[in-house]
Amino acid sequence: MTTEANSKAASAPGFWGWLNKRLPVDFLWRSQWADYIAPKNFNFWYFFGSLAMLVLVMQLVTGIFLTMFYKVGEATAFDSVEFIMREVNYGWLIRYLHSTGASAFFLVIYLHMYRALLYGSYKAPRELLWLFGMIIYLALMAEAFMGYVLPWGNMSYWAATVIINLFSAIPAVGPVLVEWIRGDYGVSDATLNRFFSLHVVAIPLVLLLLVALHLIALHEVGSNNPDGVEIKNKKGPDGIPLDGIRSHPYYTVKDILGVCVFLVGFAVVVFFLPTMGDLFLEKANFEPANALSTPDPISPSWYFTPYYAILRAFPDKAMGALAMLVAVTAFFFLPWLDRSPVKSIRYRGWIYKLFLGLFTIAFLGLMYLGLQPAQGIYVTMSRILAVPYFAFFLLMPWYSRWDPVKPVPERVTYHHA
Amino acid sequence: MLKHAGLVAALCAVVGTFAFSPVFAEAPDLGKSGPAAAAAGAAGEEGDKPVEWEGWHAHNSVADRASLQRGARNFMNYCIGCHSLKYLRYQRMADDLKIPLSVLQANLLQPGSGALDYITTPMPAADAQAWFGKVPPDLSLIARSKGTDHVYRIFKTYFQDPGRPTGTDNLEYPQLAMPAVLSELSGVQRAVFKEQKTASGGTEKVFDHFETVSPGNLTPEQYDEFVRDTVNFLDYASEPAQVERRSMGVWVVLFLMMLAGFAYFLKKEYWKDVH
Repeated sequence: MTTEANSKAASAPGFWGWLNKRLPVDFLWRSQWADYIAPKNFNFWYFFGSLAMLVLVMQLVTGIFLTMFYKVGEATAFDSVEFIMREVNYGWLIRYLHSTGASAFFLVIYLHMYRALLYGSYKAPRELLWLFGMIIYLALMAEAFMGYVLPWGNMSYWAATVIINLFSAIPAVGPVLVEWIRGDYGVSDATLNRFFSLHVVAIPLVLLLLVALHLIALHEVGSNNPDGVEIKNKKGPDGIPLDGIRSHPYYTVKDILGVCVFLVGFAVVVFFLPTMGDLFLEKANFEPANALSTPDPISPSWYFTPYYAILRAFPDKAMGALAMLVAVTAFFFLPWLDRSPVKSIRYRGWIYKLFLGLFTIAFLGLMYLGLQPAQGIYVTMSRILAVPYFAFFLLMPWYSRWDPVKPVPERVTYHHA
Repeated sequence: MLKHAGLVAALCAVVGTFAFSPVFAEAPDLGKSGPAAAAAGAAGEEGDKPVEWEGWHAHNSVADRASLQRGARNFMNYCIGCHSLKYLRYQRMADDLKIPLSVLQANLLQPGSGALDYITTPMPAADAQAWFGKVPPDLSLIARSKGTDHVYRIFKTYFQDPGRPTGTDNLEYPQLAMPAVLSELSGVQRAVFKEQKTASGGTEKVFDHFETVSPGNLTPEQYDEFVRDTVNFLDYASEPAQVERRSMGVWVVLFLMMLAGFAYFLKKEYWKDVH
């Protein structure tokens, strides 16, 4: 099939033909992008896939340059980061691009995932696409956590200590497992070295593989859209969906616009607010790791705090860790929890909208609460907000069925701008 | 005015203060002279209303080069005796702050240091440990890790406390091991506390205001500027690239906005035929 589809390019004169006879470059470009037929009614929410791709590439490139100067090891790591910030030409820029990129990655991914909740993009036939995406999200969490440890600031050290200790909640094997992860009796040089290895080699490889699978699966099954209508059901005489357009040049130019607008905001943060008022780079992390001085409060990066708030909402550590695990992994089951005949929020009824609205408030509220000290009103509020968070998933098989849905149109709605 | 108070004077200021306190009385070869804390002046604020020192802000600006230069001078005169800036080189500082090499060599460079060296304190860590009970921290990142306001408030809220080994305590940083090394400039102030009822029915002492014990060589306004300049310099030292970062950022953002404008019209043009 490859040779056939590529035969035209392979018989082209000159280098292009020579290359395509040996490698299906033309076929890959057409099948994965240029001739990929996408719904024409993508809105604002459909920018974040390409933006995630952009940020991934940016993290890889800036990461390569940081690795040239970063010196792993508990005696050298902190100093080498300051060396990058001060003595490497534009080292500060590379470092801020990378640290801001980490937060931007999560912002973009959260919006990308929320799009799926709004328009039911996880529903059949896109379950596998959703699962690949969720594994990417998990890998990204691991990548971000380990990257956060590398500067070996005091928050790096204590965040590593607290997060790794969560595994001790596992019955029987917990304490042994924690020691195995750290490679030592405490977070130490051994921990830092293995985190570096995983952050720089192992997880990026996994991420790239998963992103490739995510994209191949997407281009096989086709994109969902804000109406949740399958455009493949209505094809023209040429076999091309009536509501579909070629990705190139249409979505190429549209995504370029998205990239430019995103980069304006991104540059504002990198150049004017690189610490984002303690959210992206924390004050305590400008102090070297110190096992004798605990930062107060220890809070993880903002993108982990919804789960951190859930962890702390439970008085029992094992229960909290379990709840946190459920909170993260619940997303995996969405394709099977959702029993609604309708995909898009445009045609769902008030019940789904209510549950999604409450979930949104809960997620953002827990994000805020996870940044606050674990006491008094903050813990109480976390407990209250954990209810709609879990209810969104656990009750979905019922409320999504009872939801008074509206009739779905046969074609997408598109207003020519 | 302060230009010639070099390493020796700075060390004396610190060490001298300690030499008079009982804890360090047995230390043999600490400076014999030096301005003791008691011979200092006033930056204290007095009035009927309680002093809201927690709301004080440094309000420094790293774009103010003259202030940074004065701050560098202050640091070399008063701080380097004990504190280093181990991630910053003299040469980098001189380049960024537009300090001529001659001035750097004549007034700022510490004995034994070259222009390309990092700014380190001549005080051996082992001695510091013995004299102060802890090694004075490197200040390269203090403005980032603790904040400029924190450093500013420390130098504004020293007060006399004979019960402390240093003879002073601090509102912003209670039990601070560092003595009031700037007291010859700021003067000495006393903290006046008042009794306040607590929610549980008892009473507690809360700070009300400062009272001047003896004035310093600087007026309160001059001292305030002195502290602000020094904090400003520490702010610079915590991220030397920050001025360049902001000025470059303006152009990058403007360029990207222009690019976004072009991208918008390009998209509009291509999408004309989508109906």
